[in-house]
Amino acid sequence: MSLRIPCPCCGGRSVHEFVHAEIRRVPDHLTDPDERDLDFAFHHDNEEGIVTERWFHALGCRRWFEIRRDTTTDRIIEAAES
Amino acid sequence: MNEFTERQMKLTWRPPKASYDVVIVGAGGHGLATAYYLATRHGITNVAVFERGYIGSGNSGRNTTIIRANYGIPAAVRFYQRSVDLYRGLEEETDRWLMHQQKGILWMAHSEAAVRAERMRAKLNTEFGAETEFVGPRQVEELCPELDMSGGGRWPVLGASYHPQGATARHDRVVWALAEGAMERGAHVHQNTPVEGLILDGERVAGVRTAEGDIAAGAVVSAVGGHVSRLAAMAGLRLPIRTHRLQAFVTNHYRQQFGPIVASSELFFYASQTARGEMLLGAEIDPQPSFSYRSSHDFVQDVCRRALCLLPFMASLRVLRQWTGVCDMSPDYSPIMGRTGVDGFFITTGWGTWGFKAIPAGGEQMAELIASGETPELIAPFGLDRFARDRTMADRGSAGTH
Repeated sequence: MSLRIPCPCCGGRSVHEFVHAEIRRVPDHLTDPDERDLDFAFHHDNEEGIVTERWFHALGCRRWFEIRRDTTTDRIIEAAES
Repeated sequence: MNEFTERQMKLTWRPPKASYDVVIVGAGGHGLATAYYLATRHGITNVAVFERGYIGSGNSGRNTTIIRANYGIPAAVRFYQRSVDLYRGLEEETDRWLMHQQKGILWMAHSEAAVRAERMRAKLNTEFGAETEFVGPRQVEELCPELDMSGGGRWPVLGASYHPQGATARHDRVVWALAEGAMERGAHVHQNTPVEGLILDGERVAGVRTAEGDIAAGAVVSAVGGHVSRLAAMAGLRLPIRTHRLQAFVTNHYRQQFGPIVASSELFFYASQTARGEMLLGAEIDPQPSFSYRSSHDFVQDVCRRALCLLPFMASLRVLRQWTGVCDMSPDYSPIMGRTGVDGFFITTGWGTWGFKAIPAGGEQMAELIASGETPELIAPFGLDRFARDRTMADRGSAGTH
């Protein structure tokens, strides 16, 4: 079974219907504007553990929503419309 | 205890020293190759490789062992061609049978656009040293008679780029050949010893923290697969890396010999036959970033559906095993090798779905960088600083699947 994403509108659907998007956060300790741009464009937190991320139901209701997912197990903790 | 275990125990059971010239984190292909070439080419043997699991237990043991050089940008073609050349001589050099088998790779084109792309790639590859030619449907059929040239009616084979140097090798043997080669010359490989932190001396990385105590090091090399962001964060670095998982599976054995490696970018799969006769299939990474090693039934179903369009004989085979590795994906689908901007800390990462074929060249070039202190020309374009300089090496078209 592949990952099923709980869409608040359509219910649980296959991950292949969705587009994944990371919520980009440039760390506060970066102050140089060029460094902040570089970080925003390329760097990732790539966190191991529970992350909050956005998903777009491209082949469904075409809405954005947020879920919390554990990247070490792919377990979805909660989903909420945003 | 038999002779084999006795020899391996002698090689691997060594207590760690308090300091090494070079400490490599991760005893996978790239880490071990770096240690191997440091010892053989530069005589640097005061080297330790620290490994969380056992030798080759990460992605080196989870890939699909394809070796090729037909990439999409000049710098990559040159680099991977170096690797293909090194692989060819590696059996003789290490005096070990690596089950290296040159079988050629056929990259199918199912549309006019793909024909153009494959023609272009064949020209570019040949120009930069990786011999490739575009072949028409008749030759494709000769090279691989099992193909359904109509592609199940939907994906007709209009031609293919043929890269005769495409090959496979046995991953465990490659990893162990490099490990033993390095250890016989004096390098240490510490298994079951996770690196828990980096020792910082001001701005500089001066060693690693392990379960066996603090180890000082002249240089620390990260050859970690999967958890590299965590290690880099210990040195205060943020990386352009996202980790996705990649799945693959094998069928039970196919009685005939299946000659070449078959790939298709439009159908998003590739297939080859292992030395045991199993058909080995792989495809794209999973869409969500993940560190989980779970594999999914969807994947098998999906890949089988696409693969059967081209290779209908596989309908009578059964899936035997399936597995997953985690891949460090860089934004431009090219590896990241070299200095990091932090003194004493080197990195080789971003090996996404193309790490195995690059093992010898990656190791050789990293070893040269560490020994000479200067970035070799071959890997200069792949530095971590390329993102800040706006010199990304976009190669998704040819690196995307394997």
